[in-house]
Amino acid sequence: MSIQDRKIEDEGLAYGVSKLTTDKIQQTFQALIDNETGAKLKAFSESCMRCGMCAEACHFFVSHGDDPSYSPVGKVSQTMTKLLANDGKVTPDDIYGMAQIAYTECNLCRRCVHYCPIGIDVAYIMTTIRRFCHKLGVTPQYIQDTAHSHSATMNQMWVKDDEWVDSLFWQEDEAREEFPNLRIPMDKEGADFYYSVIAPEPKFRTQLIYQAAAIMNEAGCDWTMPSMPGWDNSDMCMYSGDFEMMGRLKRQHFELAQKLKVSRIVMGECGHAFRSIYDNGNRWLGWKDYPVPVVHSIEFFAELFEQGRIKLTGKIQEPVTIHDPCNIIRGYGLMDKLRYVAHQLCDNIVEMYPNREHNYCCSAGGGVINCGPPFKKVRVEGNLAKANQLKATGAKICIAPCHNCHGGLEDVIHHYDLGIELKFLGDLIYELMEKPE
Amino acid sequence: MNSLYNFAVGPLAWAAFIILAVTAVWRLWSMYTLAKQKDASSVAYMSWKFSLRSIANWLIPYKSLGWKTNPVLTAVTFVFHICFVVLVIFVTPHQILLENAFGITYPTLPTAAADALTLIVIACCCYFVYRRVTNKTVRFVTRTNDWVSLGLVAAPFVTAILGSWGVGGEIMPLLHVLTAEALIVAIPFTRLAHILFALFTRAYIGSEFGGVRHCKDW
Repeated sequence: MSIQDRKIEDEGLAYGVSKLTTDKIQQTFQALIDNETGAKLKAFSESCMRCGMCAEACHFFVSHGDDPSYSPVGKVSQTMTKLLANDGKVTPDDIYGMAQIAYTECNLCRRCVHYCPIGIDVAYIMTTIRRFCHKLGVTPQYIQDTAHSHSATMNQMWVKDDEWVDSLFWQEDEAREEFPNLRIPMDKEGADFYYSVIAPEPKFRTQLIYQAAAIMNEAGCDWTMPSMPGWDNSDMCMYSGDFEMMGRLKRQHFELAQKLKVSRIVMGECGHAFRSIYDNGNRWLGWKDYPVPVVHSIEFFAELFEQGRIKLTGKIQEPVTIHDPCNIIRGYGLMDKLRYVAHQLCDNIVEMYPNREHNYCCSAGGGVINCGPPFKKVRVEGNLAKANQLKATGAKICIAPCHNCHGGLEDVIHHYDLGIELKFLGDLIYELMEKPE
Repeated sequence: MNSLYNFAVGPLAWAAFIILAVTAVWRLWSMYTLAKQKDASSVAYMSWKFSLRSIANWLIPYKSLGWKTNPVLTAVTFVFHICFVVLVIFVTPHQILLENAFGITYPTLPTAAADALTLIVIACCCYFVYRRVTNKTVRFVTRTNDWVSLGLVAAPFVTAILGSWGVGGEIMPLLHVLTAEALIVAIPFTRLAHILFALFTRAYIGSEFGGVRHCKDW
């Protein structure tokens, strides 16, 4: 099989491709190579021995019956290799397939790095293909919609400024029934940290803001949430290939911290948003380090437990497994902290294998789930590997401290009828912590 | 025939090595300047510690996930590379050439051992061919240049063993020298360029995983 045999209809891709000419493709490719890529792409392309060792790394490959066109090297071969071999002279129809591969059949999870003796970063190559497709205007409709939202509102979900503030007031109001003294301090200057979330939280997982507020409140944190744009730490532009917007989003996120004069930023339980600040967005802006310190929720919760600031009424007794999200584990090495927090909350942790930095991706990450319903089947069927991993643990609960992983794993659990409940760390902390009578 | 052979191991060999040296230095230098110019946000994270950590761990057979998952290929890859390097340095005729040119002497392999190692290298190449044809993924991504590279590598060993067995008379040693020179000259321009770049790509990804991602890359 090759991508030509499995094209999926998508309005965004079809519209973009309809406006392409071979000349435009070639010119855009030349400009990309001349201006944006360098030794990394060249060395990777020239040194790959086509040994195929990376194939087994990819959940798409192993879950689709070892179909070579889903292997990391197979995806590179159908995209970048073909472009480089032809100096960018390919047809609009070819671009459709390349976009489908890069946006919907690779989660940019970097698991294949553990398999490549040369050290080739396929995620980088696929990201470069996405960048190329973005410049051509060939992007899947759903992810492009989120990128448009970022451009227009500085958040991913078309949340209007007043709706955002309203959501915070609403959650504060609700929570005060349970925690009478609870506040969600807004725009508090000089607080210890500001808490940033991804826009899907106010949009459809608002209870997470409630839970976070409850935890901060009970732990006695000096915190704030911003009312101004920049509160959304997510970054689908990083995945659509719109790096200019990616840079604007990250700048705004950090400048908000400077405006509020907070000491640091605590980011919610999200993987890709974290990737955008430690890996992609910062580099685009030319920052090796952050202008304001940032910690992920996993680190923050670990800190709260170490300092004894959260009192629990008990621990979960039934078997619980841990899913290691790529962007914060293989991406940022938080596996031990994640386990520390998980063991604070659960008595019976059953590890899934492979785990830690070798874990399989949820198949939703890298913006794949954001490409929407047309590509759901490939993604879910492309993660039989994860379903088997989950099943083998016998656990009834799975901790996944990442929004995209939740989306992806929910679909996997449902599709393969696994009967496993998914939890954020925040869910469990909220559930188990001491609350006022 | 003799004068042709002398020409091949003399001026032609010099030419091959000079071409290799010049083009290898040029390729490495231009890659380095390109990296500094266009990949500054990656070069910024390069670290000796994490580079060496990554290289060391990948030099241990069956240490990385990739080596573990492909046990036969791993064995063949290690054996092939080790035998290749040992043969290039330690076969008696090569040492004699070096002695004639630079006066360098060192112990060399007995002929029987050299022949055995040569056969092992050829067997490894046969395995690479077999895998390229039978493994679905490898077949899917194989292009002409993969076959050219494999052919370039195999040719000097095939001619060496045939020469050692006396097949083809005087022509075989000459063919051995010529194919070896073709291999030497081809290194910077074919898939064999991984000889030049693999250490650096490994060092780079090791630095990324160590310094940015705080986890191992093996």
